[in-house]
Amino acid sequence: MRPIHYLRCFAGIARREWLRFLNQRGRFFSALVRPLVWLAIFATGFHFVLGVSIIPPYETYVPYPVYIAPGLIAMILMFNGMLSSLSMVYDREMGSMRILMVSPLPRWFLLTAKLLAGVIVSVLQAYAFLAIALIWEIEPPWYGYITVLPALVLSGLMLGALGLLLSSAIRQLENFASVMNFVIFPMFFASSALYPLWHVKEASLLLYDICEINPFTHAVELIRFALYGQIEPISAVVLVVATAIFLTLAVYGYDPAKGLMARRVAE
Amino acid sequence: MSTMPAFSVEGLGHRFGQRRVLKEVTFSIAPGDFTVLLGLNGAGKTTLFSLATRLYAQAEGTIRIFGMDIRERASECLRQMGIVFQQPTLDLDLTVDQNLFYHSALHGLSHREARQRIAVEAERVGLIEQRAEKVRRLSGGQRRRVEIARALLQQPRLLLLDEPTVGLDIASRQFMLDHVRRLCREQRIAALWATHLIDEVGEGARVVVLHKGEVLADSAAAQLLGEMRAPSMRAAFETLVQEREAA
Repeated sequence: MRPIHYLRCFAGIARREWLRFLNQRGRFFSALVRPLVWLAIFATGFHFVLGVSIIPPYETYVPYPVYIAPGLIAMILMFNGMLSSLSMVYDREMGSMRILMVSPLPRWFLLTAKLLAGVIVSVLQAYAFLAIALIWEIEPPWYGYITVLPALVLSGLMLGALGLLLSSAIRQLENFASVMNFVIFPMFFASSALYPLWHVKEASLLLYDICEINPFTHAVELIRFALYGQIEPISAVVLVVATAIFLTLAVYGYDPAKGLMARRVAE
Repeated sequence: MSTMPAFSVEGLGHRFGQRRVLKEVTFSIAPGDFTVLLGLNGAGKTTLFSLATRLYAQAEGTIRIFGMDIRERASECLRQMGIVFQQPTLDLDLTVDQNLFYHSALHGLSHREARQRIAVEAERVGLIEQRAEKVRRLSGGQRRRVEIARALLQQPRLLLLDEPTVGLDIASRQFMLDHVRRLCREQRIAALWATHLIDEVGEGARVVVLHKGEVLADSAAAQLLGEMRAPSMRAAFETLVQEREAA
């Protein structure tokens, strides 16, 4: 197999992901509406409750909707990452996973291609959200729309890889729903998505430490800084390391020699 | 190369925990052979297919595809194989063409090659008019035809079919059988056709009888009938199973 075969394979996987996305308009709609509801209702309600001091990368006091926008973008990426993996569990139950797994290309490549294809769809949704968020005067500088792209891709990869790992360890769709609850909500709330971490530190040092090691926090912060043309190096490193760990474990989980995939594909 | 078996298994075994589902399975298929792997449900047919397609990791014995050990050269082996799984594996929300293009991409075919191959195979299975239809709208028989067209897109030299006619009406079953036999005859594709339906063992076929993970017989259908002095394949099969159970 030559590099061109890999490229064609990736293009095919990405195309399928896109077609599935187009076929599931409800998925797009709900992925977009969820953060908008937070922005329209939650952010408005908490506007005067939560004070946001001047913290980097902001140079002035910012309205609360502006503060939570990066967290909501990361939320889109997280839901998409999980849904893309959910489709892996669905594919496995429906049998179409076998077609992917018997491709002559190596399994690590197939899983990475699937992950990247999901990230492309996620990033497009994040930009759709940013366009609608202009209504709430969430207006990063023009170059922020460009500099945020690598942050979106890296965050999407980390969250997608986590979803892939979960899908490799889950037997049935029903189990996936409960794991989503135990993963998505704790990750989202124990992060800097809704409140600055100095607020959290004042309330609970333990929770602060949890937030600090939560990779979702680093996805939010990387996006927050990137929207203003800045890079948050620690967050970038954390995301790269977390992506590598999650993806490696997922590939291990889908390896027939380890028995996990063997057991599940067969059932 | 011509005498090299298209597919061979030797001393193949597999366990699910303590339960042994394949024991010392040994047989081979020559290029152009139509071989029926006959066994009741639970005989180990699907396990054998899963091992041959690398969905399961193989621990005991060897599987060779045109002489290549699947553990050592998985990629080359999978390139030689077209597979029709027992479980439907089409994406119901995509059209026939979209499913076929997806499969072509997974095998590294260019868009142009894929378009040509899809046109040929879709015509061969009589689905030219359904190419733009979503798979969900197709009948069970039509879906199976799509799956066999898909398995042939990358022009494999070995075709593995696991219970390909389950749930099909008589006409669709006959179409599938005739189609695969023609492929063996005209293109020298080797086919391993797993089934529990005894009447699918036609004249001239080779038959491998698998029962509770063991091979009970491996010969030409006519030869097996002669050796067993059985009036029909059903009688031969029942005798073999009874003898094994009594042993």
